[in-house]
Formats: sequence, C-alpha cells, structure tokens
Amino acid sequence: MGVKRRFLFYILIGMAGLLLGLGAFTFHYAEGFAYFSKDPRACMNCHIMKPQFDSWQKSSHHGAAVCVDCHLPHGFIQKYIAKADNGYRHSKGFTFQDFHEPIMITPGNARILQENCIRCHGPLVHNLAPVTVKASRAVACVHCHSSAGHGDVAGLGRAYKDFKKGE
Amino acid sequence: MIQLFKKFGWYGLALLIVGVGTALVTALLMNISDRKKESKNPYVRLVEVTEEDTDPAKWGTNWPKEYDSYKLTAQTTRTRFGGHGGSEAMPQEKMDRDPWFKRMFLGYAFSIDYRDRRGHAHMLEDQESTQRLTKPQTGSCLHCHASVMPLYRKLGDGDAARGLEASYKYSYQDLNKMLHESGHGHPVSCVDCHDPKSMHLRVTRPGFIQGIQRLAASDAPVPHLPSVQRWREGKKKNPYDPNNDASQSEMRSFVCGQCHVEYYCSSKQPLTFPWGKGLKAENIEAFWNESKFPDGTPFYDFKHAESGAPLLKAQHPEFELWSQGIHARSGVSCADCHMPYMRDGAAKVSDHWVRSPLLNINRACQTCHHFSEEEIKARVDVIQERNHDLLERAAAALMAQLDAIQKAK
Repeated sequence: MGVKRRFLFYILIGMAGLLLGLGAFTFHYAEGFAYFSKDPRACMNCHIMKPQFDSWQKSSHHGAAVCVDCHLPHGFIQKYIAKADNGYRHSKGFTFQDFHEPIMITPGNARILQENCIRCHGPLVHNLAPVTVKASRAVACVHCHSSAGHGDVAGLGRAYKDFKKGE
Repeated sequence: MIQLFKKFGWYGLALLIVGVGTALVTALLMNISDRKKESKNPYVRLVEVTEEDTDPAKWGTNWPKEYDSYKLTAQTTRTRFGGHGGSEAMPQEKMDRDPWFKRMFLGYAFSIDYRDRRGHAHMLEDQESTQRLTKPQTGSCLHCHASVMPLYRKLGDGDAARGLEASYKYSYQDLNKMLHESGHGHPVSCVDCHDPKSMHLRVTRPGFIQGIQRLAASDAPVPHLPSVQRWREGKKKNPYDPNNDASQSEMRSFVCGQCHVEYYCSSKQPLTFPWGKGLKAENIEAFWNESKFPDGTPFYDFKHAESGAPLLKAQHPEFELWSQGIHARSGVSCADCHMPYMRDGAAKVSDHWVRSPLLNINRACQTCHHFSEEEIKARVDVIQERNHDLLERAAAALMAQLDAIQKAK
C-alpha cells in the first residue's frame, strides 16, 4: 500500500505541475496581464469590443480618457471588484457565446459611468446634475451625449463616412 | 467513486480534481486559440474566382459564412405588411387580396400577374415563370434578375455599357436563352457586388452607373451622398465614378441601388434610370415628362385600358425613398439594416440573408436604437399601419376616379 501511495503522490505532484504550467501559459496566451493595465487595447482582446474601440478613437474624449477612466470606479478596491465582476461575465459570455447582441451596458456599469462623468465635469454641471447618482430616475449624461465617448454609433462603419475607400 | 476513494484515499481524490482541472484549462486554451485564429484569417482563398464566375457556389468555397446566409434568401419570410404570403411553391397574387391592383394596371402586364415578393434566391425563376411573359417582354429585365455582366460584355464586345444598350432589342426569352447557354443562369450573385480580386464592394450595373453620373452632373441636393458633393466641388475631370469616389458606407447602399430603384425597362429604348433632375418623386416625374422615346413620341410607361390615359408606373424606388429619409441623412446605409453585421465567434460577417430588419431587430435596429424589441416593433407597426391605410385610401380614390371617367364616357 505504501509504495502505491507514494507512487500516486509523485503522479499527483507531476500533474499539479502540469496544471500550473498549462494554466500559466493559458493566462499568458490570453494576454491575462493586460487586464491589470489601463491600455485600451486590452478591452478588445476578445474582439467583441472592436467597434467600441474604433469609435472611441473617433470621439471627442479620445484625447482625454481611456476606457477605464469612464468605465471603472477610481477607488482601488472598487476598481478591482468591478474588474473581477466584468472579467467574470465577459469571459463566461465569450467562452460560451451566450450573450445578448448588440452588447449593452448593465445598470451597475451605467452607474459607474455616470459617476465618472460627474467626477470630471462636476464643477461645470453641479447646478443641473443630481448630486448623487442614486437620485432615482435621474437622466444620465450619456442619454443625450451618447457620442461623447464613442463618436457616432458604434459598429456601423459610420465613422468612415467621410473617408474614401481604403484611406 | 467511493470505492476509488477508499482504495487510494486523499491522493486519489486530489488526482481526480487536478485531472479535471487540467482538462478544463486545456479546453479553455483551445477555445481561446480558435477565437484568435478566427480573428486573424477572415477567409481562406481555396479557389480562384474571376469576373466570369457567376455561380455563387464556387465563391462559397472561399466565403462559406457569407454563402450560407446568402442561401437563406430562399427561405419564406413574412412580416405584417410585407413578404411572401403564399404556398411554398408560389407567392400569393396581390390582386386576389386587393382587386384594385388589377384595375389600376389594366393595359399593363402587371394586371395579368402581380405576386408577393420572394427572396433573392428566387429572382430569376420567379421572373421566368411569371404570366406577364405571355405578353412580349424585353431582354432589359435581366439587368436586375440575373448575374448578367458576362453576357453584357459578350453583347458589347467587352464593353458592358454597350451590351446593355443592345440588350433591350432582344426578347426576354431570347436573351434568357443566351444567358443559360453561356452558363450564367444565376440570380444576383457575389460577383455583382464584389470585386473578385479584393472582395471590395463595387457596382457593376451600367444602368446604375449612368444614372448616378446623371445625378452627379445635376445640381439636385444630395446631402446624404457626401462623395457626390465632393465630386461636384472638385475639378470634374472624369465623370463621377462610384467605384473610385464613393465611401465604403455609400457603397453599402449603392450596390442595392443597382436594382432597387425606379427605371424604364421596356422595349422602346435601353434601360434608363431617371435621376437627371434628382431623386424625389417630383424630380423623376419631371425627368420623364421631358423625355421622348427614340421615335420622338412623348415618354410614358403604359396607356390605361379603361381611361386611355398615358401613365408612369414607379417600379420599386427603394433607393430613392431611402434617400429622402432620416436614416440616409444620418449615414445609415441599406446594408446596415438589411444585411447587418453579425458576429460568428471572433469574426465579423455581414449577414447575406437580405431580409426585413423586422425579422432581425436586435442586430438591425438595436445597435442604434436602445429600446426593447417590443418597443421598436410597436413603433414600426404604427408607422406601417398608417402608410398602409394611406395606400388603401389612395386606391379607393383612384377606383372612384375611374368610375367617374367611365360614367362621363
């Protein structure tokens, strides 16, 4: 029995190593470390958000804010909670291909977005915007300013309208 | 399981967990790898395709996703006011549902046979089997019902525009026979809208190219076609060329505008797109009113058998109608709603199952209109119902007018 058990122990060690290696490689291959950065290209690693990335490049906010500036909370803890929450939903959705298209912002993420509008533009809009986002039924900034972050409508090739083919 | 645990203890259980974990991580790795491959290679060119390849099946070898959805245009689709309401074999006669159609078209072949539409895949066979062919019909009709470009080039000794000029003199039956004998008896296919070398969108139909050049040369406002405006402001050294001057977004409407338009398509003169004065109904009416047939007589489409009035019949001016709407002004093209982008894994594909946006609301509408499907459908329904009611009222007024003329006679 003892020999058998020791034998099993070695196999277990070997397999655990294999899992560790494979996991590390998968993480690297899936560009996992990119998700700890604020590089906007990380957001289109899985290809779904390419239109959103393209349209952001054509928007007025291109020079002022990257994805995470508007879409993630700015507190350290809250930021990583939001990253984990979105990361889980996005990887599950993309792996099992079972999400609604076109993609739409979730209510929680819409709140984060609104907070970030206020974070920068608060001094200008404090007279007309509700102080807390929780004030129910408040009209969100992007309801009217929908092209601020993503230029004209994403995904339609609209952004290329005034360019000649191939330019 | 329990026996396994008893026999090997904790090590066995841990081994099992690690094994399953490894299998899952490997599955994930393969999945990521598949997606990466999908995004890297939009297509693999397995066979060479040329201008002479009108058979879509050959193109389907290289572009299976597009071809698969193109084939779905053979499906029966129906919305509340549009589509195919008949049996699988034959769409319903519009005249059986709305008898005023028949009286309105008396003296014109549409009073013989006028059915609901079917999808792109049926365009040639539906045309070949219509009862309208019991009256003499011109070869011009193939401009839009077949993949006709090789035949035009043959008729025009390499020049498709000259081929079109020649084609109206043939009877439909004769030209259709030539089409099939030359092996190009296919409905609209890949080569009609795509350059076989680059896959870029391009327009091929001489009728459209002449028509859009006429429009560009006019001074009719075209705020929805920025490239035409740019051409007008430029040196105008060459005539406006949609294939060089237009943006990708405009091309996504132009390819449809090759056929979904108003035109003259009969045996007295070559196929003509009436865009010399603009795209509005009154512009088109003015263009036709100033037109004369080659024999010098005033232009008309048909003489009404009851009233004797020479009439114009609008064909299917979807491109012109779109040109007047809010979507065109906002830069939304035909294909954006009728062939919306869809995602297949990590690849982005245009849906080639050309159909009503109402059958595909999430992809067609929700990209821009952030409302629920029910809400969008309800809004469209109100608009369409109003238009349908207007149509019925116009029909009733027309029938009353014909009654009055009859009485006066």
